[in-house]
Amino acid sequence: MAYRAQQITLWGVSGYGAAAFLVALSLGTLLVVARASAGGAGLGSADFAALRFTLLQALVSACLSVALAVPVARALARRNFKGRTWLITLLGAPFILPVIVAVLGLLTVYGRAGWLSDAFVWAGLERMNIYGFSGVVLAHVFFNLPLATRLFLQGWQAIPSEHFRLAAGLGMSSRDITRHLEYPMLRGILPGTFATIFLICITSFAVALTLGGGPRATTIELAIYQAFRFDFDLAKAAVLALLQFAICAAAAIFAWRLSRPATFGSGFDAPPQRWDCTGISTRLADILLLTLATLFLAAPLVVILFKGLSGLSELPVPVFQAAIRSILVALCSACITLGLALALAQTIARGARFGGFLEASGYLSLAASPMVIGSGLFIAVFPFIDPALIALPITALVNAALSLPFALRALIPVVRKAEQDFGQLADTLNMQGWQRFRLMTWPRIRPAAGFAAGLAAALSMGDLGVVALFADPDAATLPLMLYRLMGSYQMEAANGAALLLVALSLLLFWVFDRGGRMNAAS
Amino acid sequence: MLHLKAIEIRQGDFGLTADWCLKPGQKLAIIGPSGGGKSTLLSAIAGLVPIAHGSIIIDGRDATTLAPADRPVSLLFQEHNLFPHLTIGQNVGLGLRPDLKLSMTQQQAVENGLDKVGLAGMSARMPRSLSGGQRQRVALARALLRDKPLLMLDEPFAALGPALKTEMLELVDQIVKDTGITLLMVTHDPNDAKMIADEVSLVSGGIASQPRNTNTMFADPPPELRAYLG
Repeated sequence: MAYRAQQITLWGVSGYGAAAFLVALSLGTLLVVARASAGGAGLGSADFAALRFTLLQALVSACLSVALAVPVARALARRNFKGRTWLITLLGAPFILPVIVAVLGLLTVYGRAGWLSDAFVWAGLERMNIYGFSGVVLAHVFFNLPLATRLFLQGWQAIPSEHFRLAAGLGMSSRDITRHLEYPMLRGILPGTFATIFLICITSFAVALTLGGGPRATTIELAIYQAFRFDFDLAKAAVLALLQFAICAAAAIFAWRLSRPATFGSGFDAPPQRWDCTGISTRLADILLLTLATLFLAAPLVVILFKGLSGLSELPVPVFQAAIRSILVALCSACITLGLALALAQTIARGARFGGFLEASGYLSLAASPMVIGSGLFIAVFPFIDPALIALPITALVNAALSLPFALRALIPVVRKAEQDFGQLADTLNMQGWQRFRLMTWPRIRPAAGFAAGLAAALSMGDLGVVALFADPDAATLPLMLYRLMGSYQMEAANGAALLLVALSLLLFWVFDRGGRMNAAS
Repeated sequence: MLHLKAIEIRQGDFGLTADWCLKPGQKLAIIGPSGGGKSTLLSAIAGLVPIAHGSIIIDGRDATTLAPADRPVSLLFQEHNLFPHLTIGQNVGLGLRPDLKLSMTQQQAVENGLDKVGLAGMSARMPRSLSGGQRQRVALARALLRDKPLLMLDEPFAALGPALKTEMLELVDQIVKDTGITLLMVTHDPNDAKMIADEVSLVSGGIASQPRNTNTMFADPPPELRAYLG
């Protein structure tokens, strides 16, 4: 039912305001950059190399993540063992793990001076070098293998247990079950998962900044950053930005059409009883696979924990100052995300006109490069204000826009449900505007809002993106500080800062998520 | 009291017309097959669904373009009548002030309202701790407090067992008698209509029929009603 006798209130149009703001933020800044480029320059060979590298590494990362996730998810879906819940929780961890921390962990395990290299030397082999293509892919698989595994696991659990019972009754072997039950399920989920990961890898900045670089391992996003920061070549940055926008928009639309929303906290149900795959060899294969996956995911985290503990005492004061700045940025970012998401969700859920456009505006940041938004804002303000002064507010704002798609996915369904269930009642009782929100909507959506805010805070806390553009040494955030410590080989302090960063990110997420669910009405 | 002047409701392929009026204090049952538009008719009178043609006069005022909250009606749904996150007292209090800033007198009025529906002293409880029948009593208490001349019930007792349903209908009957309000009740059960309503309107085939006396209607059912009763 689209009709509502709605008064035109500030509250009613807030969604349009939020949408206009978001369009200005992502497309307006693109325009600013494009205008500043004045004249324009063509793309050089280095830029084509960046384009090729971006697409290639994303393709390989997505292929590897998906290909490895299928057997891991299958093993998780058909085996019940102690620690299964723990492992599934671990699969969710990379989502709020700051990229820079993961990179440090991966370097400690796989880097030139890492544990694996030491073992290689001991075995008479050469040390590993993960800088460049292999490092970028390794980090992307580290982040996206768990994501893909979770999505596939959901798919497996969506197969009714009765189907497995029926299959057993018909005497189907593991192979038959794969053909008749598992393959059709995968065919539904796999393309969307692949496209989503591909998109994530295309927009990757922090991984490319830390593990890539140089003419042979630069992503477009990194090239935009370099064009600004080192050459201040606006024309080139603008052209690259347009290129990036086009690729991301294409990938985002593709991913959006194919993918289903990932629900968090699911997949913990015990697997259904299976009568196939009881043979000793498949059992051993599954055990081996799960062990390897656990080691792959847990090793960098364990390393951070242990090395970090000893480094904590060595932390210089500026690290703590950076931590406080980061927390403030994260809190602001979470508030902005929640405000924008609620304004949009409220208006969309009440069946307002142009609902599709409103929703799309929230997802624009998937295609818009944070570097472009950041640099556009930079160009727009620097005739008036010292950009270093507003580096942190801009960071908070850009991070908020980046978290918005996740927040909208969490909030739109619950706001819609609240309107569906209680909207008519509220209408007849004359509950409008703020009172309607306070007494009807908010109590119904608080858990989802807490989750969304927690996610936004954690993502912002760990983000190393637009803040690197402004990079005022006296106003660094914790991730940027960590990057600098790594760059100057102060590994003790870097390890401590990494542990601090990951602990703060998790803490922020936990506080919001917990706060949202506490005493929540059922 | 309620005058539906040649109204027509359109929703895609679905259409419903009605052209009749009710006197104050009358009790009308609206019966008919599901999907026939019984609830939609109530929603239209309450202002939750727009009408394409005609006009709706309630209590001598043209309510056709009024917002739901401005119409002199109370509407009880089959479910979702209470906010599960608010206490019983707050849920009733919403009928007096949509922002819940209740004065002492108003709070007393809430308690009295609960007393009238047999839920004295329950105002601090949460809806989930009440039975289905009790929850609908709370909604009735709120409707009483809002003091609107037209009370509309959209099958609010359909989910209750027979004994409980009879009890609730008796309560409604009592309320109507005490206050002199006009009642419009949607039901799919002919027994409900016989028990409480003086008149019956059949909604079927896109028409809400002219209300007729309950006894004569059931004694000599027209073909559509006969088809519905089976």
